[in-house]
Amino acid sequence: MFDLFAQFIVYQLFGISSDSALGSSLHFFVMDVAKIFVLLIAIIYVMGLLRALLSPERVRQYVRNRPDWQARGMAVTLGAVTPFCSCSSVPLFIGFLEAGIPLGVTFSFLIASPMINEVAAVILVGILGWKLALLYIASGLVVAWFGGIAMQWFRAEQWVEAYVWKIQMGEAALATPDKSLKGRHQFALAEVKEILGRIWKWVLLGIGVGALFHGYIPNDWVSEHLAAGKWYEVPIAVILGIPLYSNATGIIPVAEAMLGKGVAVGTTLALMMSVAALSLPEMLILRKVIKWQALALFAAVLAVAFVMVGWLFNGLT
Amino acid sequence: MKNIKVLGSGCKNCETTAKLIAIAAEQAGVDIELEKVTDMAEILGFGVMSTPGVVVDGQVVHAGGLPGPDQVRQWVSSE
Repeated sequence: MFDLFAQFIVYQLFGISSDSALGSSLHFFVMDVAKIFVLLIAIIYVMGLLRALLSPERVRQYVRNRPDWQARGMAVTLGAVTPFCSCSSVPLFIGFLEAGIPLGVTFSFLIASPMINEVAAVILVGILGWKLALLYIASGLVVAWFGGIAMQWFRAEQWVEAYVWKIQMGEAALATPDKSLKGRHQFALAEVKEILGRIWKWVLLGIGVGALFHGYIPNDWVSEHLAAGKWYEVPIAVILGIPLYSNATGIIPVAEAMLGKGVAVGTTLALMMSVAALSLPEMLILRKVIKWQALALFAAVLAVAFVMVGWLFNGLT
Repeated sequence: MKNIKVLGSGCKNCETTAKLIAIAAEQAGVDIELEKVTDMAEILGFGVMSTPGVVVDGQVVHAGGLPGPDQVRQWVSSE
């Protein structure tokens, strides 16, 4: 449906040849913009209607006072369904520690949350198919699980800023949500507006990059430089992803274009994760609560994990 | 006079929330005291982790994301 729509717009309305680089780029762009935004609006609305999205305050309640493995399991899975703005990561971090949630578990949550969310999951299925969606989600959960454990193993507590431990958190009686159909509808609309308002730039940018890659990068160049099966392709993809940042949804069209040109699955997954979960701005925000050493360790742990995921899947396929 | 606090570390959503409240109060012709709270200890003291949070007369009424226009109008109205 979206394919036909894009064909009509680009080839017939604008009369651009389907063989030209411009035509194939534009077709990719129009198709993905239509498909991704329709999907986005639909999913966010339905999630809002069901009130399926959790607040970090609620997660904190669930996770506290549980044995380590249970807490970690919940942090990782709940992280996937708890959207929060990166500007909230500092209060969230402090709030979790204050509740006695171990630092490693808190890191597991912070890794899982930006990398996996139900919106990105549905779009992954829609664009890349369920197999790759499952691969991405499963490896994201595993990385979040062990990333948190690694932080604990290195005793990252020593690098938490001293003031963090002194903060006392109050108990707020949060307003009970309006459960009527009208209330749900209004909430869902507000969610759509809020989340789209936050991520549309990343999504458009991602689709734009994907479209350029799709139309203008020759297949031969890709197979020679990005898909030659060399061991260093994965680490390079991960390193490239560190300064680049995009929302998890925005990176999907880029992955689509890469896979379409024959870049290996592991390399693509590693880049996606690195772009979504390892970002400089996010790290700098966390600097308010942890020292440089912990930030560097965090980045290193994640980078190593992503490289291993990439190698694993490149080796399997 | 109502005291309304916007809790947030100064991110864009927090600024917008404060602005929305100020505008709504002006439209309703209500005098309010609008405060921006950026101190982490104080924000967490209200039990709020997701910013922006909104506190009306000491009561947390909102946490996380931009509030809807109906909500904002309700906060500034003098019931």
